Amino acid sequence: MAGRTVTRAHLSEAVYQEVGLSRSESADLVEVVLKEIAGRLVTGETVKVSSFGSFYVRWKGRRIGRNPKTGEEVPILPRRVLVFRPSHVLKNRVGRTLSPGDGSG
Amino acid sequence: MVKSELIARLAELNPHLYQRDVARIVDTIFDEISTALARGDRVELRGFGTFSVKQRQPRTARNPRTGQAVFVEEKHIPFFKIGKDLRRRLNDSNGAGR
Repeated sequence: MAGRTVTRAHLSEAVYQEVGLSRSESADLVEVVLKEIAGRLVTGETVKVSSFGSFYVRWKGRRIGRNPKTGEEVPILPRRVLVFRPSHVLKNRVGRTLSPGDGSG
Repeated sequence: MVKSELIARLAELNPHLYQRDVARIVDTIFDEISTALARGDRVELRGFGTFSVKQRQPRTARNPRTGQAVFVEEKHIPFFKIGKDLRRRLNDSNGAGR
């Protein structure tokens, strides 16, 4: 498996190449897209991007955890967690190119 | 919110852009992330989160109806881990974590 890391800079470059805005405006737009999605998630809204996946927020109740080093019991407070559910299109794309002889995801 | 609503919202925030271009921007971003994952790369977006590919080991599963053993090949699945900033914001805003 390759091991490169893609960052905001790569996304802005792709937008720059594809849409033909200035580099700085492309970078701003990538930022605004992420900001808008994050803002919705913070309010608890689900964000669905077709053929990519959906992000939704789930509530987790209080439970008792344990410090694995000391064995001490520690309460884990109720919290909200983000779940990303990849769409079938994305699962298939990732599964097909990386798994040997498997196209079904 | 679905993708078309995201595009409409961005077009509203950027009145100097055609909605058509805004749609291309959004598509380009998600396409770029998908393509990176299909290559096996990670996509790290500080403050938002990181997309990566996780490998699932081959295993022997069972058909729940018949109980018959079925071999499932190794597979790769997309995975998202939330970034620190966003995780903190999720729990700051609603009194969770108290």
